[in-house]
Amino acid sequence: MTLTATQAKPAPAVLPRAGGVRGALSDLLWRKPKLLLLLMLLPPVLWLGIVYIGSLFALLLQSFFSIDEFSGLINRQFTLKTYGDLLQAANLDIILRTVTMAALVTLASATIAFPIAYYAARYARGRWKALFYLGVMLPLWSSYLVKIYAWKLILAKEGILTWLLAKLHLLWLLDGWLSLPVVGGNSLSVSSTGTFIVFVYVWLPFMILPVQAALERVPGNLVEASSDLGASPGQTFRNVLFPLALPGIVAGSIFTFSLTLGDYIIPQIIGTSRLFIGQAVYSQQGTAGNIPLAAAFTVVPIVIMGFYLWGAKRMGAFDAL
Amino acid sequence: MTSAVSFQKVSRHFGSVRAVDMVDLDIVPGEFFAMLGPSGSGKTTCLRLIAGFEQPTSGSISIFGERAEGVPPYRRNVNTVFQDYALFPHLNVLDNVAYGLMVKGVGKLERQKAAEEALSLVRLPGYGARRPSQLSGGQRQRVALARALVNQPKVLLLDEPLGALDLKLRENMQEELKSLQKALGITFVFVTHDQGEALSMADRVAVFNDGKIMQIGTPEDIYQRPKTRFVADFVGSSNVLPPDFVQRYSGQHRWGSLRPESIRIGRAAKGDGVAARLVSTNYLGATTRLALDADGLRLHAIVPAGAKLPREGEAVVLTFNREHLHLMDEPG
Repeated sequence: MTLTATQAKPAPAVLPRAGGVRGALSDLLWRKPKLLLLLMLLPPVLWLGIVYIGSLFALLLQSFFSIDEFSGLINRQFTLKTYGDLLQAANLDIILRTVTMAALVTLASATIAFPIAYYAARYARGRWKALFYLGVMLPLWSSYLVKIYAWKLILAKEGILTWLLAKLHLLWLLDGWLSLPVVGGNSLSVSSTGTFIVFVYVWLPFMILPVQAALERVPGNLVEASSDLGASPGQTFRNVLFPLALPGIVAGSIFTFSLTLGDYIIPQIIGTSRLFIGQAVYSQQGTAGNIPLAAAFTVVPIVIMGFYLWGAKRMGAFDAL
Repeated sequence: MTSAVSFQKVSRHFGSVRAVDMVDLDIVPGEFFAMLGPSGSGKTTCLRLIAGFEQPTSGSISIFGERAEGVPPYRRNVNTVFQDYALFPHLNVLDNVAYGLMVKGVGKLERQKAAEEALSLVRLPGYGARRPSQLSGGQRQRVALARALVNQPKVLLLDEPLGALDLKLRENMQEELKSLQKALGITFVFVTHDQGEALSMADRVAVFNDGKIMQIGTPEDIYQRPKTRFVADFVGSSNVLPPDFVQRYSGQHRWGSLRPESIRIGRAAKGDGVAARLVSTNYLGATTRLALDADGLRLHAIVPAGAKLPREGEAVVLTFNREHLHLMDEPG
């Protein structure tokens, strides 16, 4: 009896048990989904928490130290003296220049990005959409330095832009612009205008993509509804499209604004010899050896971004999310 | 009298697709007009042609006597209640309703007062501060209605407005829409694929198929006297009878239709009639729907609940009043 029972092929169990360690493990993770979540999140959280936030915190700490001007040694005592140094005319000048540039670059990027993103979100289909993504992403694939040096050649006095304007008999326009104070210079490649152009070029994809994603989420019938209720295309843009795309514009502007605030390569290669925050940080922590002042400089963009986001939230930029 | 909306030989083609094909249509001011048809029949495109979202490929459209081709939606005193309401998610209910007045430059206090009134009209007073996302489907529908009505349109277009509501709510809204239309006297043009909705609400119904209007008439016309097989079949799932069958009873070789409720069921071998076999019964509450097989011809009958029914598979005899047999325009 027992023998025949064991020899007969057993009927498939209704609740077959897990086999082996792997089966037991997957059962355990199924029963305790929080454990799985913990296991998945632990490595990135450790990375972010310790390596990233930790170093940021160390930086913040450094900014409250000061440098002994005679010995060049760091005095590890809490002081606000370094932040006071930021307010010196030369340093304040750097901050204002960088923030103005970042704001202008952001504004220009948003203005250029919106129509492109709008086209991609509402009209481009199939092949054209693929072409759009390729066109936006392709510049991101090539080296940042190569692009900047390419622009240096384009904007140089002997470059293609000057040549083109000469052919079009528009050189007077360029010369007129370059003779202006602040934005002008000997040629575009050594003027603030040149810096601005290259910043806008390099960060534009970071504005286009979030704006496109935001516009994609706006149902087409909202535009129709607005029009149906008597709104002209301009009114529809102001009252429906723009408010609904605003989270995307804010997301994009976080990229363009903070990337411009922190960049130290573009203004070094293209533009005037006047410093930007990134360059100041670079020289303070390097040649000058003034780590506290470098740290204080880096805190500036963080504080500005904090205020910016707070302001955007107050304005209701995230209400539609 | 000028028509509220008039189509003359209007076509709208999308590439090779004739979404609307040579449609003539006259909608009388103040009437409740339904456009009924299956999806893809061109009824929604017709609505969008009136709203101005589409322009006719050929033909002419006039609204209260004024030519409408080339006039953008925002210059038409016509408003739409969209199928999925299309409420602005970033505005609260009051601002949604006041939107049309806001873009026309009406002052803030005045437009808010008008919006409040429109909200009371659709029985949502005091809901102004809420967000559309905090409302139920039925409430959103009312807000969409208020948002359109606050502009006092000459024609109100409704694109399957009740499609997303559950049965009970839909029945309530049908009555409300009907009484609202009576009270306001605005011309309502209503698109639906639900024949019951069209018949119960509309003064006149246009039945669409393949971009063409198959028949325009009162609900009774459409229901009792369908002109084509399509109308008979689509409106109320009438029994469509082939010419040979019809000839036996009317002497004319034409397609005919017979309402399911006109068929009476009798025991086999009792009196003359159409010999058939009961295939299945479907209990519908107040009535029971029977599927019958009359020598290969599939027929449906509807009998009141509680009637004594033969068993499935049993032979029966069908009788009907010959007056109820309707001859269609379509010859055999």
